[in-house]
Amino acid sequence: MTRTIAPSGNAAWRWLEQGFDRAFGASGNPLRLLGALLFLCFAVLLVSGAWLYAGYDTSVRGAHASVARLTESRWSMGALMHSLHRYATDAFVILTVLHLVRELLYGHWRHFRRFSWLSGCALLPFIGAAAIGGFWLVWDELGLFSAVASAEWLDALPLLGEPLSRNFLRAAALSDRLFSLFVFVHIGVSLLLVLVAWLHLQRVSRAVVMPTRALAFGTTLSLLALSVLAPVAQPAPANLARIPAALSFDWWVLWPHALMYASSASMTWGIVLAMGAGLCALPFLPGAPRAAAAVVDPQHCNGCRRCFEDCPYGAVSMIAHPTAGHGRELALVDAALCAGCGICAGACPSATPFRSVLQLVNGIDMPGLTVDSLRQQLREGLRASSAPRPLVLFACLHGADSTRVAANDVLVLPLICSGQLPPAFVEYALRDGAAAVLVASCHDYGCEYRLGARWTGARLNAQREPQLRAGVARSRVQWLAAERGEEARLVAALDALRERGARDGQRAMNGHGADHG
Amino acid sequence: MAEADNHARTRHTLGWRAWLGQAVLYGLFALVIGVFSHWPPYRHLPPDTAVIKLSVLHTGKPKSACHQLSAEELAALPPNMRAPVSCPRERSPVVVELDIDGAAAARIAAPPSGLSGDGASAIYTRLAVAAGERAIAVRLRDDANNADFAYHIEQRVTLAPAQVLVIDFDAEHGEITLQ
Ligand code: HEM
Ligand code: HEM
Ligand code: SF4
Ligand code: SF4
Repeated sequence: MTRTIAPSGNAAWRWLEQGFDRAFGASGNPLRLLGALLFLCFAVLLVSGAWLYAGYDTSVRGAHASVARLTESRWSMGALMHSLHRYATDAFVILTVLHLVRELLYGHWRHFRRFSWLSGCALLPFIGAAAIGGFWLVWDELGLFSAVASAEWLDALPLLGEPLSRNFLRAAALSDRLFSLFVFVHIGVSLLLVLVAWLHLQRVSRAVVMPTRALAFGTTLSLLALSVLAPVAQPAPANLARIPAALSFDWWVLWPHALMYASSASMTWGIVLAMGAGLCALPFLPGAPRAAAAVVDPQHCNGCRRCFEDCPYGAVSMIAHPTAGHGRELALVDAALCAGCGICAGACPSATPFRSVLQLVNGIDMPGLTVDSLRQQLREGLRASSAPRPLVLFACLHGADSTRVAANDVLVLPLICSGQLPPAFVEYALRDGAAAVLVASCHDYGCEYRLGARWTGARLNAQREPQLRAGVARSRVQWLAAERGEEARLVAALDALRERGARDGQRAMNGHGADHG
Repeated sequence: MAEADNHARTRHTLGWRAWLGQAVLYGLFALVIGVFSHWPPYRHLPPDTAVIKLSVLHTGKPKSACHQLSAEELAALPPNMRAPVSCPRERSPVVVELDIDGAAAARIAAPPSGLSGDGASAIYTRLAVAAGERAIAVRLRDDANNADFAYHIEQRVTLAPAQVLVIDFDAEHGEITLQ
């Protein structure tokens, strides 16, 4: 086991994310909660969309007039909802791109994430169709322009005998049926989007779909304020006999139209399909080998379900124990889903290092870094340390670079994820001579394996099984979030522990002296 | 509540600087959305330009006429298909030519659609032309056995800037329309 691995994630994005931490705190950082913010935007779209639909007239002649009536007065609810619906769409597009870029830069497309990545890619055409199709409904100059451009774009595919574009030659040829189709496309596609988004979350357990209250409040307020201060203008109704010289244009959504008229329909298809194919191909490219999956030892599994509860990717299921009988259960790992994070190993009650067995066998364990090898490293490290009472640092390999804090009095034990640490190891280290234990993980919403930091904190704070026992002196244990790039936090925490150790030592000596004085 | 407590472990107590930072970032978010949701305006056409949409949906004449089958031809067919007259279903392509001020602006030959070539031919194209008075000539041919353009129209039209002129074919009345 090496002490560091290739930095997971991209330094530039990480820098941005950590910069945002300073304003929002890591637990409320929008860049760490992009998926949840997307769901928030969707909720805003649903509410405002339903409001608009209630006043919408699905007919050629009535459509624009109905939207115009709704938005007539700048200070009406209709005007607010219209602007909010538009700006939430723009936010949705921006946040989708950020979410995609983040996962892309962090290399989150391979192996156990393949399904999440591909289902994410599948969401893109739905988002595009729902957003562009919304403009047609308003049936103003922009809506007409977008409908014609979309029709001309689709006509470039050899799909239909009759060009769609012919629908927009003459006002007389427009039918109410076309508007029913528009509504069907817009609402139908956005509801399908929910379905695909649900699919998108099938492989992650306990997906964070709600932003923190502060973030939800701030984001909604921003969109509301924008809607009030800069309401979406009501342009002229569609006129098939004219192409307006200049259109107030929503670049976030309608850029494919501009791209098409600057190049050609087939060129635009080429660009869009090539980007889509490139994204979809990523999970199939050769690259880093897959981490070994967790392995269950039926002899040592008592069926407590902790690994099942804690697995961030739903890779553990519980089955009837084949030999133990009497309703006992056994954990079963689906290697295809397993991230190899070790969070299950940290959850298993069998991982108590105090057992005096020669070889520690866990109910569920990581072949690359077993709890037995961890205990061995801990024992030998403490024995070999030149410091009388060293500090033990359990450090996540994805987090702050622990090689930067190498010192004689620090024993560093790297973990696949901080969640791999069975809390009993903390107590064991302290009993075996460590002055203090520092557990370094990533931030709540920065864990490479999603839930590792959260479960580590909960276990050490005795809020989740397996708990760090109440008898352990909390002053000698510290849990710290320090991600790659935040090595200074590690250094500071170690210094503080040393100082505290020295102070306690001093006090103990004074106390000792008083006893005998 | 347990999870909220955990969050507290990593949450920095936010100072006034952080709140200011949040306000600035939310403002930036709204600004970026607001600005590019309607600016810069999109100019689809250069000034003083009109658009001609030339579009036809028309089924050409059968490519070859019906003919009496000879005895040998009939014998070659399976018994259940021995009809004495054969009418090939394949249609002629539709050819449209557009001249503007005497110069060729479009020459389009659209093959019939359908697997056996028995469907309508479809044409849709748009041209940007300078506004003003223009001499428009359109010719349409729908019979592969006749090299002449059976339908034609010549007309002077005054195109206003940003106007859309639609050139279509009305098969029912057999005429090319400009509107
Ligand atoms: C409507 C659009 C989308 C929504 C609402 C959405 C939402 C989410 C949510 C809530 C999560 C779970 C986050 C967590 O709890 O850890 C997630 C994960 C993920 N998303 Fe999306 N997403 C969307 C689009 C996309 C797109 C376009 C991609 C990329 C092509 C993508 C790639 C991923 C990946 C790879 C993960 C897994 C992250 C991990 O395993 O750590 N998503 N998404
Ligand atoms: C992902 C989901 C959705 C997206 C991205 C979206 C996007 C849009 C956009 C961009 C517009 C044009 C607004 C403008 O021109 O300023 C629009 C209009 C409209 N949308 Fe949606 N929408 C979504 C969901 C819905 C839902 C669920 C409903 C109905 C229940 C709905 C109903 C409407 C109506 C009635 C209009 C026309 C009226 C108006 O804009 O004032 N939308 N939508
Ligand atoms: S290693 Fe991680 S992903 Fe695999 S079963 Fe254990 S907790 Fe689940
Ligand atoms: S945590 Fe350990 S004992 Fe409990 S079900 Fe999982 S493997 Fe079995």
